[in-house]
Amino acid sequence: MKKERRLGSRIFMGLIFLFLYAPILLMIVFSFNDGNSNVVWQGFSLRWYEQLFHDRAIIQSVYTTLLVSALATVIATIAGTFAAVGFYSMRRRTRSMLLNVNNIPMMNADIVTGVSLCMLFVAVFGLWNEFAVNYRVIINLFGTKYRITFPELSLGFGTMLIAHITFNIPYVILSVGPKLRQMDHNLVDAARDLGCTWMRAFFKVILPEIKTGIVSGALIAFTMSVDDFVISYFTAGSSVSTLAMEIYSMARKKVTPEINAVSTLLFLVVLFLLVAVNLREARQAKAQARRNYGTVHHGAGSRART
Amino acid sequence: MSKELIRLSDCTMKFDDEVILDKINLYIRDKEFLTLLGPSGCGKTTTLRIIGGFQTPTSGDVLFDGVRINAVPPHKRAINTVFQKYALFPHLNVYENIAFGLRVPKVEEQRDEKGKVIARRKVKLSEKEIDQRVMEMLEVVNLRGFEKRHISQLSGGQQQRVAIARALVNKPKVLLLDEPLGALDLKLRKDMQNELKRIQKAMEITFIYVTHDQEEALAMSDTVVVMDGGKIQQIGTPEDIYNEPKNAFVADFIGESNILDGIMRADGVVEIFNRRFQCLDGGFEKDEPVDVVIRPEDVDIVPENEGQLKGTVTNVTFKGMQYDIIVDFYGFKWLIQTTDLSPVGSRIGIKIDPDGIHVMKKSQYSGMFGDYSSYSEEYEEISDAEYEPEEVDEQEGGDEN
Repeated sequence: MKKERRLGSRIFMGLIFLFLYAPILLMIVFSFNDGNSNVVWQGFSLRWYEQLFHDRAIIQSVYTTLLVSALATVIATIAGTFAAVGFYSMRRRTRSMLLNVNNIPMMNADIVTGVSLCMLFVAVFGLWNEFAVNYRVIINLFGTKYRITFPELSLGFGTMLIAHITFNIPYVILSVGPKLRQMDHNLVDAARDLGCTWMRAFFKVILPEIKTGIVSGALIAFTMSVDDFVISYFTAGSSVSTLAMEIYSMARKKVTPEINAVSTLLFLVVLFLLVAVNLREARQAKAQARRNYGTVHHGAGSRART
Repeated sequence: MSKELIRLSDCTMKFDDEVILDKINLYIRDKEFLTLLGPSGCGKTTTLRIIGGFQTPTSGDVLFDGVRINAVPPHKRAINTVFQKYALFPHLNVYENIAFGLRVPKVEEQRDEKGKVIARRKVKLSEKEIDQRVMEMLEVVNLRGFEKRHISQLSGGQQQRVAIARALVNKPKVLLLDEPLGALDLKLRKDMQNELKRIQKAMEITFIYVTHDQEEALAMSDTVVVMDGGKIQQIGTPEDIYNEPKNAFVADFIGESNILDGIMRADGVVEIFNRRFQCLDGGFEKDEPVDVVIRPEDVDIVPENEGQLKGTVTNVTFKGMQYDIIVDFYGFKWLIQTTDLSPVGSRIGIKIDPDGIHVMKKSQYSGMFGDYSSYSEEYEEISDAEYEPEEVDEQEGGDEN
């Protein structure tokens, strides 16, 4: 009876994992298929990977993806870290309100974020372009007249970068915040007391304390950026495309095993990043526990005698 | 005594509409050990933070050596602080914690005759000088050999010493200490009290010390400032504060006191329970209502018929050195400390010498303290009154800065 139930639950679990991972497994397996089919196995080959690396459009999109992700990560990490520091020096009520506001973009559907950012860019650019087309500035410098025209703006790499920074910042704040909360607030005062300006105190004292949170935040941000399709799709315009967008447009024409190959690579990159984040977090939790145990230990010793 | 170093004049501190400090006037002399003493939320930590430069008073002036320093940030003041719970840098070892202040480049300003800055240059200490000063400081706080230890590997007392060394190595003119012994156990606290006193004498600098522990304040200070409700209640030497408390709050907060309603019949004559007692105080109006303080150790127990007052013993506690007995006089319970045992229920008489009676003006605190009818609870409270972080002030510190 008991055994049966255990068997049943095992089968159930097996099914769940099958449904979760079978498609990915299938994709990986058929990316090595020597043939055009996604159904019939025709022998092992790396030809689709080879073809992939000769596909200019794909290489270009990988480059775009890495560039936008890296830039967005760096900028969002810096901005998010300072924002978190700001939040945690506010009054408790203001802080919790702002943190809630910070959470909304993360919960928000990507499609809503994407469409709304797209509309914002289009509206602002519309106004700007009307101005740019109709006005010029002429300045007279040392007798020479310079004519300055304003460039017309449109959706492209820049707007996509802004969008990525926007949706990455909340993740950084969320990851740095707890580290700041754990930190003894007097540390900054102590550093300033010992001669540091606020900036120096930030680099010498706050940064080492929240470093782990910043790195985790950056990793999450980078993963989110590499992973993103919907928001990029709405904000990139027609001139640039990320890897995810490239795969999408390839799949619309014809599902070739090349898509399997590129998707496999993307899957592995994201998997690697997620494992890295989780390992870091597990290690930190352990270190924190050890540190806490240490102080609790001392505390108990001193309490016992009083 | 030595010259004045710091002066707070009419310092008021408000957060939103809450008044934390109400027109504080205080001066601190060079090389003195001054203690700000008061219960949680009395404004003592805020006063300390104003002197340290972490908070700017809403109104009023802070003077250092006669110069107004209201707007001078902490890193430009010749003042260092030992923080509550030490605030040591967890990512650095003992040596680097102490060397922290020395490694910060100092900006040296060159001024012309008018006092205008004409040149600035950054000055860094050499590694050799840093090493020498850190080692010297480790010697002072008895931590030689701990240089490489991590902060988390130290006991509370050792962390305390590192915090003191980290502040003193910068050779400040003033050291601020915010409840530095609060987290230590009783035995260690007593040792550190002597240690601090020794360091202060050896370094010849001003210590400004914040505590809610009156024993600590009396034992260590040259000057005690008793605070409550954002106001200074009394400033004086420990002896003054104990022997001549200004009002019922001070009398109750410092040591044990029986505080009674009395009427001043003439200079040197005070009436309590319709009986006249000789005292040494004067300068009151005739028939002015007053508060009368009688310390438990100033009461002599005599046979009932010889006593100035007669009462019944209701409670006896053995305290080692003496018995604390509660005696009911006409419904008012007194605490008396005596070496002779008087059993519960016995009738006794008491005698009070004129110098055992201290007369105070009536104040807002009159009638709030000094009755021991709820003795047992109060006793509990006293024994529990050890480390309680000053929540109000701490919150402000975290949120306002």
